[in-house]
Amino acid sequence: MNSIATIVWRDVRQSYASGGTWLPVIFYLSAATLFPFAVGPDRELLLQTGGGILWISALLATLLPLDRLIQPDLENGIYDQLIVRGLSDEMIAAARLVSHWLSFGPPLLLAAFLASGLMGLEGEALGTLLASLAIATPALAGLAVMIASLTAGLKGAGALGGLLLVPLAIPLLIFGAGSLSAQGGSALLFLGAISLMLVAITPFAAGAALSAVRE
Amino acid sequence: MNKGQSTGSNDRLFSEALSCVRGGRILFRGLTFALEPGQAGLLTGPNGVGKSSLLRLLAGLLQPSAGLCKIPANKALCDDRLALDEHLPFEQALRFWAKLDGKGQAEVAAAMVGAGLDHLAEVPVRYFSTGQRQRARLARTYLADARLWLLDEPANGLDTDSVDQLGRALQSHLDDGGIILAASHIPLPIVFDFTLQLQPLEELEACL
Repeated sequence: MNSIATIVWRDVRQSYASGGTWLPVIFYLSAATLFPFAVGPDRELLLQTGGGILWISALLATLLPLDRLIQPDLENGIYDQLIVRGLSDEMIAAARLVSHWLSFGPPLLLAAFLASGLMGLEGEALGTLLASLAIATPALAGLAVMIASLTAGLKGAGALGGLLLVPLAIPLLIFGAGSLSAQGGSALLFLGAISLMLVAITPFAAGAALSAVRE
Repeated sequence: MNKGQSTGSNDRLFSEALSCVRGGRILFRGLTFALEPGQAGLLTGPNGVGKSSLLRLLAGLLQPSAGLCKIPANKALCDDRLALDEHLPFEQALRFWAKLDGKGQAEVAAAMVGAGLDHLAEVPVRYFSTGQRQRARLARTYLADARLWLLDEPANGLDTDSVDQLGRALQSHLDDGGIILAASHIPLPIVFDFTLQLQPLEELEACL
């Protein structure tokens, strides 16, 4: 357990120090800033569509760090050395999931909070948006880790990663953006269920990909 | 944990009828050898014959296709991958592995001195030259304080003095009861207890 904490701490520190954390945040804020310019400052329209736009931006922001998640450490032999020390591929993938969420989830939530001001979201709608994103970011981080592991070492991994992630993220988008509408009902619960499932399978799927790439 | 591989608490390296298939090609088969504590083995053979694959297999990174090997649980692999954070100062990059291996500041300093890199402790790893990167790999290996050292071309890119320094480190590891298995085409200044000559399988079959 101690070694997992050491690995997570290294990843998180590296991510914040290299500025890799802030790229999705800046992207997210730019998308949110551009949207009112594009559709006009109609308050009603922004209120109706703003939440959905912020959700789509969150999905696209997930794509940005894909090629930096697994590939550099794999190439550098860090994962090899961890395996030599007796760690399993699944543990490495789980550590990467935790560290990626820590450097992706909280900054994205902060950016969503700032961006919602531009859309005029407030009160209950703002609360629901932040809750749905908070529930979904672990799943988005998990999808990113799985896809980065699967495409590590391939040419054009970035583009392929985008192609793979978008369809897999559709359930999250449906229930996440759905929870914003007045008839949201139990969308948040479904979102939570999908998120838990994705988080639970990430260590095994990504671990299998990591062990396959070594052969 | 792995098929045909057990990492018990035994101190010796032992391989029986070990075979390895990569990319649909048999690299070697029926490899049987043993190394006792304090012994060193040298792997030789032409490029592509499977020296690195054998070392990676013993390190637990590859699965044997047949046979079994018993290796000390406490092992260190030094191959062509640096496994140090390039943008960090050397000492900080080493400290990550020190923490994982349960080592402290004193051991990090000792490993840097052992590899002759103590004067570069504050220099980011990405500025290292070829020889310095090789010495950095060696420092990471010394730091692990493992029973078994699996070394893949440990003298690559080293100057004469550094090869002598490497020889002293290897000798003191053997004196402490450690085991070394090294693949090297540069003569290493220690006495090897045996040499394992890997040969391309086609030639081997032609001889039979």
